[in-house]
Amino acid sequence: MALEINDLCVNCWACEPLCPNKAIYSASPHFEIDPDKCTECAGDFADAQCAAICPIEGAIVDELGDALNPPGSLTGIPLQLLMEAAGALEGTAAKVSSS
Amino acid sequence: MELPVISNTAESGGGGCSSHSCGSTADQLNQIPDEILQKVFNHPCYSEDAHHHFARMHVAVAPACNIQCHYCNRKYDCANESRPGVVSELLTPDQAAKKTLVVASEIPQMSVLGIAGPGDPLANPERTFATFQMLSEHAPDIKLCVSTNGLMLPQSVDEIAKHNIDHVTITINCVDPDVGAKIYPWIFWNNKRIKGREGAAILIEQQQKGLEACIAKGILVKVNSVMIPGVNDEHLKEVSRVVKSKGAFLHNVMPLIAEAEHGTFYGLTGQRGPTQDELQALQDACAGDMNMMRHCRQCRADAVGLLGEDRGAEFTLDKIAEYELDLEGAAARRAEVRDRIAAELEEKRNAKAAAPAPKLVALDMSGLATKEPLRPVKMAVATSGGGVINQHFGHAKEFLVYEASENGVRFLGHRKTDLYCSGGDTCGDADTTLQQTVKTLEGCEVVLCSKIGYEPWGLLEEAGIAPNGEHAMEGIEDAVMAVYAEMAAAGKLVAPVEAPAQSAA
Repeated sequence: MALEINDLCVNCWACEPLCPNKAIYSASPHFEIDPDKCTECAGDFADAQCAAICPIEGAIVDELGDALNPPGSLTGIPLQLLMEAAGALEGTAAKVSSS
Repeated sequence: MELPVISNTAESGGGGCSSHSCGSTADQLNQIPDEILQKVFNHPCYSEDAHHHFARMHVAVAPACNIQCHYCNRKYDCANESRPGVVSELLTPDQAAKKTLVVASEIPQMSVLGIAGPGDPLANPERTFATFQMLSEHAPDIKLCVSTNGLMLPQSVDEIAKHNIDHVTITINCVDPDVGAKIYPWIFWNNKRIKGREGAAILIEQQQKGLEACIAKGILVKVNSVMIPGVNDEHLKEVSRVVKSKGAFLHNVMPLIAEAEHGTFYGLTGQRGPTQDELQALQDACAGDMNMMRHCRQCRADAVGLLGEDRGAEFTLDKIAEYELDLEGAAARRAEVRDRIAAELEEKRNAKAAAPAPKLVALDMSGLATKEPLRPVKMAVATSGGGVINQHFGHAKEFLVYEASENGVRFLGHRKTDLYCSGGDTCGDADTTLQQTVKTLEGCEVVLCSKIGYEPWGLLEEAGIAPNGEHAMEGIEDAVMAVYAEMAAAGKLVAPVEAPAQSAA
């Protein structure tokens, strides 16, 4: 039973000091969780602390790969707008790389 | 009819820094005890006088944040709250202290070091206070300041008081949880993420407690607010009243900056920022009962140098690591520069005090058919400092905006010409930089500068703004009043208020 940080992480350090098991460490390109140490905060806190402070939707996932903070859950931005924005960003990236 | 030069606030104050573009005129500061006043004197962010002479820098050591604001996307640099995004260069406390000492060696005008992010400094207490600790030790002459959202402020006040920190800035966007619920989607509190109104209520309570605790300890508190039309614009008048009654010495109302490409809640949901006119109207409304700060440049949290300039790129991590410090020599150079500037400012003040009272401009009303009251007029001025009109229109990175009326001249604020973007691909529309500049002058009827080119002249006229280069090298207030008098004599001021052609047209 362990959580995982994926490449959406922006390395903001918010989670690192909160982990009761010191399972989170700074790494490149993003922070990592030591699966042997992570307990998902069972017995320590009601909520997994890293996921409770993480500002980035989707950056922390469980063993099944499900996001603890799914898109829209933290920002309140409607999914439709998030998808449009993601599309617009990809469009920009494509333009930049092709130019 | 006499038109005296007046200062920002209703009652005119003598001495101190003059009325032109000062964030803290004498009468605004006269309610503050002397020992606190002394702290503001050479702070570039608080005194317009000081900002032309002293430099400040910010270091990005505090990446974590404990709240979410609807105008912030942690993935990118924040346009509103003076901070780079977490992906920008983050410094360790050691690197930050060394960088500060290097900059303070190279730029002897350095007087202030601030920590403002990229997250919330008090959500990163070890990093923030370790940096302050090293600087208090190695460069005790440098003033320290910190900006915070206020959530952890009550718990941090004792630690803040231990260091050489005499300025705390709290961003307070509301005092009503219902308003707060529209600005803050969540906070992290007591090991839980708390969403909506409940979270906003805790944040507001902590901000107010923290404000009170700082004041009780004699720590100077400035309040920043982001003006969000339709959300907290009216409410900020109440915020202004509350924070002033508790002892905040300045209130700085900043415009919301929200664009879809920022990926923020406000950006993506189409929340607009205020127009320059709306911002100024709110600042005016708040000024009645609050010391307003009108010359804030919303500079980045990793800015280095004099206000309005950024020399951050000169100080790379490599350069900092290799640099051999001479702490005593650098401190001596700073002391020398400080004394020289203090003497210059003193001389300027004395000269002002000795000069005849601000020149009064008498308006000849005899030629006017009616005695209807004259309407006020806003004018933009291009200046590189010194209180005179001495800048070419095309070189101006910002314009100072003054209002002339029958009561005299007062400084309203400044408008950056490069606030949103500097053109190019990131710009949503095809406006040229020049068109953008003209847009930022919305609401002004005249622009005073030393010289102006043919192209901007035409564009300004099209926008209903009269370019004027006839008062080059003249004192700003005198020139503004002279132009106002000319407009009055030409009968341009008796007509009902006519909005100049808007830039959108």
